[in-house]
Amino acid sequence: MYDTIIIGAGMSGLAAGIRLAMFDQRVCVLERHTTIGGLNSFYRLRGRDYDVGLHALTNITPKGTKKGPLAKLLRQLRMSWDDFAISSQLGSKIIFPGVQLRFDNDIALLRSEVKNEFPDQVDNFDRLISEIADFDDLGSDEQHISARVRVAEIISDPLLVEMLFCPLMFYGSAREQDMDWGQFSIMFRSIFLEGLGRPHAGVRLILKQLVRKYRELGGELKLRAGVKEIVVDGGHATGVILESGEQLEARRVLSSAGWNETMRLCDDGQPVTLRQSGRLSFCETIASLDLQPQELGHRATVTFFNDSNKFQWSVPEGPCDVRSGVICSPNNFAYDEALDLGTMRITALANFDYWHGLDQRQYQLEKLRWYERITASAVRFVPDYRSRVLDTDMFTPQTIVRFTGHDNGAVYGAPEKQLNGCTHLPNLFICGTDQGFVGIIGSILSGISMANQHCLRD
Amino acid sequence: MTDAAIREVVLGILESIAPDEDLTQLDDAINFRDQLELDSMDFLDIVMELRKRHRVQIPEDDYVNLASMNSTVAYLTPMMKDIEKV
Ligand SMILES: Cc1cc2nc3c(=O)[nH]c(=O)nc-3n(C[C@H](O)[C@H](O)[C@H](O)COP(=O)(O)OP(=O)(O)OC[C@H]3O[C@@H](n4cnc5c(N)ncnc54)[C@H](O)[C@@H]3O)c2cc1C
Repeated sequence: MYDTIIIGAGMSGLAAGIRLAMFDQRVCVLERHTTIGGLNSFYRLRGRDYDVGLHALTNITPKGTKKGPLAKLLRQLRMSWDDFAISSQLGSKIIFPGVQLRFDNDIALLRSEVKNEFPDQVDNFDRLISEIADFDDLGSDEQHISARVRVAEIISDPLLVEMLFCPLMFYGSAREQDMDWGQFSIMFRSIFLEGLGRPHAGVRLILKQLVRKYRELGGELKLRAGVKEIVVDGGHATGVILESGEQLEARRVLSSAGWNETMRLCDDGQPVTLRQSGRLSFCETIASLDLQPQELGHRATVTFFNDSNKFQWSVPEGPCDVRSGVICSPNNFAYDEALDLGTMRITALANFDYWHGLDQRQYQLEKLRWYERITASAVRFVPDYRSRVLDTDMFTPQTIVRFTGHDNGAVYGAPEKQLNGCTHLPNLFICGTDQGFVGIIGSILSGISMANQHCLRD
Repeated sequence: MTDAAIREVVLGILESIAPDEDLTQLDDAINFRDQLELDSMDFLDIVMELRKRHRVQIPEDDYVNLASMNSTVAYLTPMMKDIEKV
C-alpha cells in the first residue's frame, strides 16, 4: 500500500514525488514511457544529443534572489541554484513588419525599445508593468477576465499589444486568441520581468537532478508502467491497475496525465465530466549546423516573429501556420564554454487533426515538406543557415501525443484549468499542465504545490 | 530540551530549507517572513520537519506561532521540553 501514487514522470510528477518522499511517504511514480520527462525529455539521434522541447527556462532570476518562482522551487526541492547551472540568455527579439523590440533579463531594455519604437506608449507600458507587478496570482477576482480587453485599456497602440501577446502566447497560452489576465500576468513576469536561461547540458540536467533527488529520498519510479485504470471504490480512489494487469494500492492518487485523460482512467461508472480539450499544438524543426549561429552573425537567443500586424493564435487551417513562429538557438546563452554543436530550432503552430490523419508514408513526406516551409519562413528573420545544416529532425503534434498522451497534442493542455487540483473524488488530484501552471518551471511548481496542499497534511 | 537546544533544532531546519542563506546574522526577534522571505510553503516545511525529526505535531491553526525564532521557541518549549536532545 502506497501513501501516494503519482501518474506521470514529467516535470510535475517528479517534483511532487520529491516533496512526498522528503517527508517519508511511501510514494511511487508510474510512467507509461521507457523514459522520464514527458513533454520535455531528451534523446540521441544519429550520434547527436537533442532536447525534445527546451528553448529556454522562464522565471530566471539571479543567484541569491529570494523571491519569485525559481527561488521558491529551489527551496521546496532543497536544491541549490548551482544544481541547475543556468546561464542567462544573450538577448531576444520580437519582430513584426517594420518594427522590432529587443528584450533581455533586465526589463530596462524592453522599456527603452518601447520608448524608441512607440514613444507615446511608454507611460502606458510603465502602467502595465506596475499593474502586473501588483497582481495577486491566486487572490484576485480578475484572474479570468480577458487579457486582450485589460491590456487594450492600458496600451492604446494595437501593434504594441500584438507584439506583447506574441511571445506570451507562444510560451504559455492554452486558449485561442486570448489569455486570462491572470495567465497573462504570470507569463509577462516569467518572461519579461524575470527572464530566460538554460543549463549548458539542457533539459537532461534538470531531469537528472530531479530523479537523483527523488531516488535519494527513497522514492520509487516505475517506467513502462502505464496506468490503465484508477480503481474507485465507495467514492474513493483505492489504487490503480497498470497496462500489464498489475494492481497497486494507494491512499491517494495524484495525476499529471491531464484532466480529461485522468477522468477517463476512473472506473467508477460515473459519466465523466469532460472539458473542452486544448487544441493548440506545435511542429518543431531542429537543425544541427556545422558552425555556431554567431559565426553567421546570429546572436539572438529567441526570435518571435509574425509577418503581419495582427498575430493569430489559433489552430491553423492548413498543416502548419508559417506566418508566425519562434526561432531559438540554444547556443546563444551566456555559457562559460560554447556548446559543441550549433543548433537552430523553430516552433510553428500546427493542426493536430491533419497530422494525426496521415498514414506512415504520407506522414514522412509531409514532415519533409513542412520542414522546408517552416525553415523558409523563419530565414526571413534570421540569417539563412540552410547551407550549413548537418542533420535535421522534426516533430509534430503526433509526436507530442506519443510522448505525453495529452489529447490533441495540446502543448499547454485544456483552456480551462483546475487551479485547486481537486476532482470528483476526495483523494484523487491533478497536477501539471491542466492544473494551471505551464512550462518547465511552472509544471515543477504545480507538482510541488499540489503535493503540499493535498498530499502532505495528514 | 532546553530553549537553546530547541533554537538549534529550528536553526538546523532553516538551514536545510534555505541552503543558500547566511543564518549567522539571524535576528531572533524579527519575523522569518521579513528576514528570509519565507512564505506559507516554507512554514509548511518547518512544520513537516519538526514532525519528521522530533514527532512534534503542530495543528494548522497554530502556524502563526512560528513567526520568528523567539515566538517559535516559546511555542515549542512546552511540547519539546521532555524530548531528549539527539
Ligand atoms: C515543443 C515544445 C517546446 C517547449 N518548450 C518549452 C520551453 O522552452 N520552456 C518551458 O519552460 N517549457 C517548454 N515547453 C512546455 C513544457 O515542456 C511543459 O509545460 C512541461 O514539460 C509539462 O510538464 P507536465 O509534468 O505537466 O506534463 P507532461 O510532461 O506531459 O507529463 C505527463 C507524463 O505523464 C505520463 N502519462 C500520461 N498518461 C499516463 C498513464 N495513463 N500512465 C502512466 N503515465 C502516463 C506521460 O507519459 C508523461 O510523461 C515546451 C513544450 C513543447 C511541446
